[in-house]
Amino acid sequence: MGTEEMVVHGAEWTVKQLFVYPNEFIYWSVQIVMYPYMTGLVAGAFVLSSLYHVFDQKDLKDMARFSLVFSLALLPTAMMPLMFHLQQPLRGFNVLFTPHFTSAIAAFGIVFSTYAMIVVSEIWFVYRQFFVEQINELRAKNDGLSRLKFYLYQLFSLGAHDLSDEAVNKDKRAVRLLAAIGIPVACFLHGYAGFIFGSVKANALWMSPLMPVIFIMSAVVSGIALCMLTYIAIMEWKKFSTVLARGRGDESVQLIRSVEMEVVKKASRYLIGFLVAAISLELLDLIFRGYTAMKSWDILRTVMYEEDFVKIFILQYLCGNLLPFVLLLLPRLTIRRTAFALALILFGVFMMRWNVVIGGQAFSLSFAGFMHYHIPVIPHSLETYKEGVLGALTVAGTPFVLFWLINKIVPSIRYN
Amino acid sequence: MSQTRRDLLKKVIIGSIGATVSLDLFRFLSPAQLQAAIGDQAVRWVFLVDTTKCVGCGLCVKACKKENEVPYDVPVTRTWVERYVVTKDGRSHIDTPNGGRDGFVDKKIQGEEIRDQDINKAFFVPKLCNQCENPACVQVCPVGATYQTKDGVTLVDRKWCIGCGYCIMACPYGVRFFHPIHKVAEKCTFCYHRISKGLKPACVQACPFGARQLGNLKNPDDPVAQIIKTQRVGVLKDEYGTKPQVFYIGLDTNVR
Repeated sequence: MGTEEMVVHGAEWTVKQLFVYPNEFIYWSVQIVMYPYMTGLVAGAFVLSSLYHVFDQKDLKDMARFSLVFSLALLPTAMMPLMFHLQQPLRGFNVLFTPHFTSAIAAFGIVFSTYAMIVVSEIWFVYRQFFVEQINELRAKNDGLSRLKFYLYQLFSLGAHDLSDEAVNKDKRAVRLLAAIGIPVACFLHGYAGFIFGSVKANALWMSPLMPVIFIMSAVVSGIALCMLTYIAIMEWKKFSTVLARGRGDESVQLIRSVEMEVVKKASRYLIGFLVAAISLELLDLIFRGYTAMKSWDILRTVMYEEDFVKIFILQYLCGNLLPFVLLLLPRLTIRRTAFALALILFGVFMMRWNVVIGGQAFSLSFAGFMHYHIPVIPHSLETYKEGVLGALTVAGTPFVLFWLINKIVPSIRYN
Repeated sequence: MSQTRRDLLKKVIIGSIGATVSLDLFRFLSPAQLQAAIGDQAVRWVFLVDTTKCVGCGLCVKACKKENEVPYDVPVTRTWVERYVVTKDGRSHIDTPNGGRDGFVDKKIQGEEIRDQDINKAFFVPKLCNQCENPACVQVCPVGATYQTKDGVTLVDRKWCIGCGYCIMACPYGVRFFHPIHKVAEKCTFCYHRISKGLKPACVQACPFGARQLGNLKNPDDPVAQIIKTQRVGVLKDEYGTKPQVFYIGLDTNVR
């Protein structure tokens, strides 16, 4: 065996301090931070679109279609970090072959694919009319690209070409039904990620029945924030290209600007609501731990108030929660201020995931020592790529590439 | 290409029923189901550690690493020995350099020099898998790759483990790790390959002082079982409800 293969998983990025059991390392690293972060974004994006489809929040109409497609783009990236993390990624399928249902992870494949089917079929019902229209339009054209698109839309339409009022109404009802089923499933998908952590009785920081609920709330917060931010970025780009083409004073520039502001203002109201719920629950958890002061509180307190103080109280609560909260509530909201607040919120939720996953491994099971995580920046092996900064960025970047690709087939942004 | 929705649905339903029926011929048995047959129902393997006999020589750790092919120089181990030194100021100083493999030759603990006259008490505590009656690691394995045999030992199927690390996170005792070569979860098995042939575990055989013993709790005549039943013994971290089956003589409140 070469020395390359003799590296203990976790030893490269773990620094131990005081008494830590010999086999303890930070086994769950940045990809396990990415996993709940990405599933959270998926669930949040879907819930945002369902607010329109199910609860008839008409003010979210423009956002709904966009966030639905975006949640499809995010979907594969909820799986990616797990594959990056597994020591035996080729055996990942075993979870579907022999699910061991006493494990919180066992149902992941089932929950995930159920959710995926709901998202895909909802999109199909939303876009069926569009597919058929495209088929009719492309039928006459003869160039290669049009032919290709023609066959692609033929395939996607699944042969259902009926555009009568009755059929279209049926589509709408199906969308509504799917979105309604989708909300609990999306919440389950993510609450379930919270349960994976909350049910680990060996981990003093994770074990809490509030964990799934906290995860759902922060998921919705991050999902809405990402959808809004991407929406703003795309609208700004459209505005910019319109300005280039037609000049600053053109009517269409004004139109885009007012539509954008309208949508953003309305969506941010929902965002604030969920943000308040998320922060309240997290604070409740913290206060409860301090008040009950169980055996583990001594070491938890040291981790929270000393070792990880900056990460928890400055980066997560101050920069990630309080600051954007104030920014969004101050009068005369501008796009630029909103975008800044949204970026802070996304960062805050990421730090929350980090503080849960890495923070939960910052102390030893012996309660007598600490572990520090040094994330690999420049990779020198497959493992340091996968579980390092670059691996995390790969996961974070994928949904945008996918969204761009999916948009070529199902355009999700309209502003006229 | 005119097809009504009804036709489409019909075809989809017929297709999926056809696929389900033919796929149903295959059935996946999880390793846990398959291996449930392993082990003797009349045996419950338990371990007894007499901490008052342990001198911290580390021969058990050496023997274990060699017997179970855990790479010698990597900082993971199936069993280890901890040193506890409680000083007069009430602080406990704990360490386990290389898992205690090479003995405790340095008086420094965590870089701190401790003078003999400051010591109230000092002792060694060997650690290994507790082969819990209610193992948290088995509960959380998503694929059933880790399982409990009928005689009470928890094992890992190296061919089926996906390496998610959930079992490592779930174990309150920190006995599990990723094997550096096999890249799957690894743990102490009481040397299952030896004890099922009537041999002693490697660490038990290597201990010159009889600090480590293996027994069968279901056999009333077993000397280890008798000690556990008639003398005052303790277990580690019983608050997690895992019902650990490694019993200790001379456990101290400072032991983590």
